Amino acid sequence: MSGWEQSAITIATFLPAAGAMVIAMLPRDRDRFIRGTAVVVTGAALVVAVAMLFSFDFGASGLQFELDVAWISVIGARYHVGIDGISLALFELTFLLTFLCAVYSWKVIPKPGKTKAFLALMLLLETGMAGTFIAFDLVLFFVFWELVLVPMYFLIGIWGSANREYAAIKFFLYTLFGSVFMLLGFLGMFFQSEPHTFDIIRLQEYAAGGGFDRTFQLVAFIGVFLGFAIKVPMWPFHTWLPDAHTEAPTVGSVLLAGILLKMGTYGFIRIALPILPDAAKSWAPWIALLGVIAIVYGALACLAQKDLKRLIAFSSVGHMGFVMLGIATMTPVGINAAIFGMVAHGVITGMLFFEVGSIYDRYHTREIAEIGGGMMLKVPYLAGLFAFTAIASLGLPGLAGFWGEVLALLSAFSPAEGLSIPLYRTLMVFGGIGTILTAGYFLWMLQRVNMGTLPDRWRDEAIVDVSRVEWVAWAPLLVAILLLGVWPRLILGLSEEAVASLLTLVGLG
Amino acid sequence: MLETQAVDYHAILPELIVSGTILLVIVVDVFLGRDRKWWAMPISLVGTAGALAATLTLIGERRETFDGMFVVDPFAVLFKVFFLGTAIVVLAISLRYFREGRYFQGEYYFLLLTAFLGSLTIASSRDLLMLFISLELVSAPGFLIAAFRKSDPRSNESGLKFFLIGVLSAAVMLYGMSLIYGVTGTTRLDGIAEALAGPAGEGPLPLAAIFMVIVGFGFKVSAVPFQFWAPDTYEGAPVPVAAFLSVASKAAGFAGLLILMFLGFGPLSEFWTPIFFVLSAATMTIGNLLALQQTQVVRLLAYSSIAQAGYMLLPFALVGGSVGNDRAAFAASMLYILIYGVMNLGAFTVVVAIARDAPGVLVSDFAGLSRRAPVLAIGMGVFLVSLGGIPPTAGFWAKFFIFTAAIERGGLGVWLAAIMVVNSVISLYYYLAIAKQMFFAEGEDRPLASPALLTGVAALAMVAVIVLGVYPDLFARFPPGATLVP
Repeated sequence: MSGWEQSAITIATFLPAAGAMVIAMLPRDRDRFIRGTAVVVTGAALVVAVAMLFSFDFGASGLQFELDVAWISVIGARYHVGIDGISLALFELTFLLTFLCAVYSWKVIPKPGKTKAFLALMLLLETGMAGTFIAFDLVLFFVFWELVLVPMYFLIGIWGSANREYAAIKFFLYTLFGSVFMLLGFLGMFFQSEPHTFDIIRLQEYAAGGGFDRTFQLVAFIGVFLGFAIKVPMWPFHTWLPDAHTEAPTVGSVLLAGILLKMGTYGFIRIALPILPDAAKSWAPWIALLGVIAIVYGALACLAQKDLKRLIAFSSVGHMGFVMLGIATMTPVGINAAIFGMVAHGVITGMLFFEVGSIYDRYHTREIAEIGGGMMLKVPYLAGLFAFTAIASLGLPGLAGFWGEVLALLSAFSPAEGLSIPLYRTLMVFGGIGTILTAGYFLWMLQRVNMGTLPDRWRDEAIVDVSRVEWVAWAPLLVAILLLGVWPRLILGLSEEAVASLLTLVGLG
Repeated sequence: MLETQAVDYHAILPELIVSGTILLVIVVDVFLGRDRKWWAMPISLVGTAGALAATLTLIGERRETFDGMFVVDPFAVLFKVFFLGTAIVVLAISLRYFREGRYFQGEYYFLLLTAFLGSLTIASSRDLLMLFISLELVSAPGFLIAAFRKSDPRSNESGLKFFLIGVLSAAVMLYGMSLIYGVTGTTRLDGIAEALAGPAGEGPLPLAAIFMVIVGFGFKVSAVPFQFWAPDTYEGAPVPVAAFLSVASKAAGFAGLLILMFLGFGPLSEFWTPIFFVLSAATMTIGNLLALQQTQVVRLLAYSSIAQAGYMLLPFALVGGSVGNDRAAFAASMLYILIYGVMNLGAFTVVVAIARDAPGVLVSDFAGLSRRAPVLAIGMGVFLVSLGGIPPTAGFWAKFFIFTAAIERGGLGVWLAAIMVVNSVISLYYYLAIAKQMFFAEGEDRPLASPALLTGVAALAMVAVIVLGVYPDLFARFPPGATLVP
């Protein structure tokens, strides 16, 4: 049993990387076999990840499945991995979404083919994403964090749409720019702590004991803020996102929106907040402000979009704004809302990108005006699913999108002690206006795409409805959207304990 | 009366083997027919491997001979292993290039080995004269082999420029060294350090002398504003020679700089750290900005290597804090040089392979390489990402150790670290521009015929870069033992 406890995380995390190597060695012409291998490998990793749920102690707040062994002895960096209520849901989501992407790729590999490279990169990406959520050593965290860049760069650059090269390099350089400053912040934490350590848990305890002075915290926070804020992305660092999401192939967009963005918000909760609590509190009102600007700006930008995929991309900016608002309240409600919002957004927006990808595969255009309405008549199932997901995304009660938004707004009503109540309540009002705008642009989008009469040009076109592979790949997400909506305790119950103990540690509990 | 001291032949065995090989190559060459001239390469290779084996027997030893001018310590052994390894790679990538080009092969290998002999003795030098002679032993053959494509005016220009700059820098450096001797009365570095810590270190004269020595080295390692010769020289030289210049010659310069600054000029670090601050910041920034505009790959790599030199210079600006921090700075610079050597040699290996097919080696010549030669393309991708410093590659750790030393130093070190991280982001733009051609662009579809030797070397370097990237402990164990910081 203890062997399983120690190795489960490592197996799940590195299984995809090993699979990537196997795929790289398979002969190029065995296309089906390669796709099958990807499904099997991601499936196996998912099985390991799900099996972990059965031996996870949901009542406890500390790290579980912990493994802490020497790695780079000269600098004291260790291979310290573990999981708790904050990361568990994101960890599981990573394996679920990648598995579904592998299933989806059984049918659809975007131009220009090259199945082998596509799937190998996707698997490598999975290792990087999963690793970020389980690393409890700053150096290890950073390595996983950066491991994501290269595969995603190639996924966008090779398999993306028209403007792919620009989008790929912009994504790469922009996020790299943030993360190198984050690294400097990490090194600062290392040298300011006594004894020097990269261990996240030890740093949290050291910070809780008042080890880091205020000046240092304020400076170091700027470093890690740049890294996390660009990844989220927070307004005004969001400009890489619409390009990357729009140009990326469907699978790339799903994983970008579903997992990659969460790495930034997760970093705020796991690292920035507990290790630099004083600075976090000083910067929190600004972060909340940027979050609300993102909500309103995202919604307004969506109203102006003509490209369906770009619209979904901009909607992410707004949704992540809610998550950041929740974190910036520094209250249990707000942070639980943020974690819920992260998972919900991953499921919903991942699903939306799948659907937009499928619409593009059928219509060969993403322009709302060219699709021209009437999707309900031509492809009723696809249109129905699209409507369902869009409505979940706009935050209809009973579906997953609702809880993250409403709890984040609720938490802004009474932020943590010492934060300005009038400011947060004002922000709450603007956030509320944002939800109305969000509902507005989604409904307007549905009206233009789903409703109305079918334009002549599509009438005789042979457009198939949702295929069998798509049903298989999508069903788990659809179920999750419904389940999280009616049973939010599924996530909130998971994160409550861990969040409470995290906030107690920094004196906000 | 002079005492005759027994020479420690074991200590100088690697140099003796290389010297013997040099003589053998030039003598045998006379008796070889036109079609067999290339035999000089296997002979050189065996000699180098022999010298490498001899060096390995010196691991862990501490010896000195020639009255302490020549020492063997972990630092010297580490660099010798590096230089001999580099020599083997440069020899391997030279074979086809020079054989197919029908250049004067015997002379080439003779000169190349001579330059490597100089690099070996640099690592062991603990004396100004010895250091100077070794440095010139590296440079002088370099002037000739840079101009080895005799029929091409650009190669002539390359050699001539390199020669003029080399002579100028040697003159400036030697003048500085003579002043140091005048001030301190000794050429031994430990004696110099001792004297500079005392009254001899006061007044402007030693400062002027140190300044001139740094300027001389500035030319050798192509630091801004002494860098302008490098791109022209690299571009005009035969590609394997450019690899030699950008790795071995540069590393030799840095080895000399490490020895001189830490062993000899340590007491006056307060004077020279600001100089290195400016040199480092200017070198990395200008190197990177100019690299952005390049369309020819050797030129691009030349500017990239200027920028990389800026990173290696950074730790020199951190000296003067605690002993622990000095050690960290020393180790960071040394590790960067060694890791840079591996990844840059790898990149040049791929360039040599491309140059056989497209002698101009434009960035656009890399188009579609992922289809034409997948191993080379993936290898080049790894080297580029590593040069940019993205984990999990060795290049990331090279940068990581510099950041660590800089942040630990605090103050201006933090600013230098910030300048360096911005620079590493800029550098990825042009590194990825090559990757973009290889993987995104459509190129010719005919496969690229790459000799097994080149592909093998590239694959080996790629594995090394990734293995060191995943488990850097393999490499990071050396610096603490090999430090020259007392």
